[in-house]
Amino acid sequence: MPAVSKGDGMRGLAVFISDIRNCKSKEAEIKRINKELANIRSKFKGDKALDGYSKKKYVCKLLFIFLLGHDIDFGHMEAVNLLSSNKYTEKQIGYLFISVLVNSNSELIRLINNAIKNDLSSRNPTFMCLALHCIANVGSREMAEAFAGEIPRILVAGDTMDSVKQSAALCLLRLYKTSPDLVLMGEWTSRVVHLLNDQHMGVVTAAISLITCLSQKNPDEFKTCVSLAVSRLSRIVSSASTDLQDYTYYFVPAPWLSCKLLRLLQCYPPPEDGAVKGRLVECLETILNKAQEPPKSKKVQHSNAKNAILFEAISLIIHYDSEPNLLVRACNQLGQFLQHRETNLRYLALESMCTLASSEFSHEAVKTHIETVINALKTERDVSVRQRAADLLYAMCDRSNAKQIVAEMLSYLETADYSIREEMVLKVAILAEKYAVDYSWYVDTILNLIRIAGDYVSEEVWYRVIQIVINRDDVQGYAAKTVFEALQAPACHENMVKVGGYILGEFGNLIAGDPRSSPLVQFNLLHSKFHLCSVPTRALLLSAYIKFINLFPETKSTIQEVLRSDSQIRNSDVELQQRAVEYLKLSSIASTDVLATVLEEMPPFPERESSILAKLKKKKGPGAVSVNELEEGKREGGELNGGGERGGDSSSTPSPSADLLGLRAGPPVTAAAPSAGSLLVDVFSEAGVNDDVPFLAVPACLFVCKNNGVLFENQLLQIGIKSEYRQNLGRMYLFYGNKTSVQFVTFTTTLNVQAKPVEPLIEGGAQVQQVINIECLTDFSDAPLLNIKFRYGGALQNLTLKLPVTINKFFQPTEMASHDFFQRWKQLSLPQQEAQKIFKANHAMDTEVLKAKLLGLGMALLENVDPNPENFVCAGVIQTKAQQVGSLLRLEPNAQAQMYRLTVRSSKDTVSKRLCELLAEQF
Amino acid sequence: MQFMLLFSRQGKLRLQKWYVPLSDTQKKKISREVIQIVLARKPKMCSFLEWRDLKIVYKRYASLYFCCAVEDQENELITLEIIHRYVELLDKYFGSVCELDIIFNFEKAYYILDEFILGGEAQETSKKNVLKAIEQADMLQEEAETPRSVLEEIGLT
Repeated sequence: MPAVSKGDGMRGLAVFISDIRNCKSKEAEIKRINKELANIRSKFKGDKALDGYSKKKYVCKLLFIFLLGHDIDFGHMEAVNLLSSNKYTEKQIGYLFISVLVNSNSELIRLINNAIKNDLSSRNPTFMCLALHCIANVGSREMAEAFAGEIPRILVAGDTMDSVKQSAALCLLRLYKTSPDLVLMGEWTSRVVHLLNDQHMGVVTAAISLITCLSQKNPDEFKTCVSLAVSRLSRIVSSASTDLQDYTYYFVPAPWLSCKLLRLLQCYPPPEDGAVKGRLVECLETILNKAQEPPKSKKVQHSNAKNAILFEAISLIIHYDSEPNLLVRACNQLGQFLQHRETNLRYLALESMCTLASSEFSHEAVKTHIETVINALKTERDVSVRQRAADLLYAMCDRSNAKQIVAEMLSYLETADYSIREEMVLKVAILAEKYAVDYSWYVDTILNLIRIAGDYVSEEVWYRVIQIVINRDDVQGYAAKTVFEALQAPACHENMVKVGGYILGEFGNLIAGDPRSSPLVQFNLLHSKFHLCSVPTRALLLSAYIKFINLFPETKSTIQEVLRSDSQIRNSDVELQQRAVEYLKLSSIASTDVLATVLEEMPPFPERESSILAKLKKKKGPGAVSVNELEEGKREGGELNGGGERGGDSSSTPSPSADLLGLRAGPPVTAAAPSAGSLLVDVFSEAGVNDDVPFLAVPACLFVCKNNGVLFENQLLQIGIKSEYRQNLGRMYLFYGNKTSVQFVTFTTTLNVQAKPVEPLIEGGAQVQQVINIECLTDFSDAPLLNIKFRYGGALQNLTLKLPVTINKFFQPTEMASHDFFQRWKQLSLPQQEAQKIFKANHAMDTEVLKAKLLGLGMALLENVDPNPENFVCAGVIQTKAQQVGSLLRLEPNAQAQMYRLTVRSSKDTVSKRLCELLAEQF
Repeated sequence: MQFMLLFSRQGKLRLQKWYVPLSDTQKKKISREVIQIVLARKPKMCSFLEWRDLKIVYKRYASLYFCCAVEDQENELITLEIIHRYVELLDKYFGSVCELDIIFNFEKAYYILDEFILGGEAQETSKKNVLKAIEQADMLQEEAETPRSVLEEIGLT
């Protein structure tokens, strides 16, 4: 226990706190707390009336227990009683308890408000301040209703003490933030503005926060504050460091107030009055001059306070964006900070320079620092600083330096932190497009992007490169050649296969003359990737194949053979199967002319703004990409697409944020190629969603880690599910509940596997049950589909659901020690045995929840295996009739980046892949 | 400012002040998250980081981290000095403050903070004036208190 105990010191409380600190375990702590809670409860309930001191002590103990993180469900009444005590310390504890533990119990709020009202009218400044602090801390609507009228009066009354004014100003600010409708402007508003002139610096400091907030919402009513703020600022800036006595902080006069004044001025345009403007410019110049003076102290507090004002002044200069001289001076000052030994200053300089880069006056000055910034990107040890450097490079990029900046960003991407990769990819893609002079550079850049950071290349990015290649005929041959070369790499990213498939399908003919890239070579190259790809990519490749048949008749028989094979034409995926069947039929019955018409080259896409930009903007939140930049993107994007040259219809441009290429919306369809349009549009439809399936309801992914729940629900029907699994067998109970009062007749269900029939009739409000026995024969990735038909009233209802049967249901958990785990992990080292995904967290990264989900997955969660305790590793064996598939899993959360890396290794490649896909949707 | 947290190197929360309305569950979740992020940072890293749409400004004093979450347009350096001024106030009041002072006299730490910052904004930046207010309050309570026996204190009478 510390020797110091100012004021009263409640001994009982100190003893209790010591006891808690001496507890050896969480259990012991909880036991001690429960004992104390029981004791306090009995005191509060006891017959003996407690004196104020005891009440205060117990309330304070409750507060302590609450702050330790335990729930408190009593004692509120006792705390409220303390409020009306006339002993200051009792009142104070009461208010503290209410401030920390407020709950919206209306009965209590009424009592609290009563006590506050009494204290506010007590004329005792200490009591008044306590009451105001409480309102400011709680800030509830009920309090605003009760006091929003009274507080402005206290604030501007002539006889109010300074300390009360300060509390009243910030109390009002809090109420205005929570319930702006209840704080009515009135006669007091003009008097509030004049608080900027108050003698007492503390009053000005408190009042300015209120005034700034009010000005942002009602600029006209408060615009007189501008000249008052300028003269106040001028007085502070020109004062000697001792003039302001205790408001001078480490030789800097009133740094907090100065920053606030500069912030307030940023709510307004530059002052119109020449004298005021002159005075302000003088202030800003003085602040810039002071930055060059030798420091008055070596303490970091001195330089922080001084620079805080400097950065705020620079913000104001950027906000005005009208004084070229000041802008360039600001830029030079920030340039000095870029190489400062304080990381904080380097960070802030990079951040602040980003906004300077967007001003026409300082853009060139910012550009002179390019080498320093590139160096920061390469050498800064703190990822948040590197992030700022990347932002600044992006902001200072223009035609003159685009190639250098893009190259630097690409090389940085190779080693960049996971947390910033996705954003970097978007930025590179935008810059490459915006400043492309020759399109071969653009194509190279995007393909490099896919090669280096394929996992982070979103669909928007690769859609965009295809759109541009299709719209620019001068780059098509180059693009075909480049993708062909890129696809030669033994391991190339799936996104590369997508782009490659699409471009070769359209423009493969442009390189077919070279025997090294003859049609068959092209086809074999693409097809060699087919089996490693996911369903949507395979669907796209099938479309590329049918285009090949048109481009190169000599490939027809080879491709038909592929389409005819069981793995295509009987593929368990409906979409793939349908494509294989349709394309095979099309290629065998249509004449060359018809084929040529149907499979004609894609028409140019309608010209539109790049939605990559929209995506970046969405990711960074408003403000990250300036309006200025967006407009530029539109202008230059149009130039780049050149869609107009080829007759693209730009009048039908839909909203840019809807989707990037409008691939789904369909390109402008010329009369000659309607089916080609729709066929290829189809390529981009969501995997597995088929028009003839009316409903694919509840996301089946919800059931990956659990076995019971509601599978489907609409106004008529609810389907519940219960399932159990053992080895390779499972049993599933489906409960069909009729939510209406009318019976369902001719109720049938069909499964694409066999099921016992269900009762054909469900009475209104009743429920029937169906049992499905499941046997897992071999590993699989598609869930069985359940089709349900019934009549309700006269209408036939038809719906299709995916049954939540996933491969992981057949897991047998396997416990193993660390040594065994890593040995097996190493044994499964073939590239195809491993599947990995890096993805953003969709839910909170709560360890317990993660554990529960992993256990729900069915594997054994192994403790003390991974050297990093943050990581999770699991082991299990999937039991199928055909074979057993041993699987190991490792999940690495990165809390700072809110990302996960999931790695699955198993003896069968399809299993690794499927598990990885299933799990990636869970966290 | 949206909230201020004081926590130890072991991640134990010593003081929490919220200037925006949040539920207890949200508060717990946010504190956990922020503490985890800040504790994971290495000594030489910069004192600012982006978190959700806010900025976290933090500084370590001995065993205790002081951490503020401010809105995007707030000034980072001045927030850093808000933290320092609060530390100075605690130090002056307790006389070379240490973590234990804040544990055992947590209510004082809250009172001092309320005098300095209210509703998330600086109310009084003069060290003298803040301490004067607190000392006046202490005077009030000393007048009111009468000494008590130890046994009575620990509830044995």
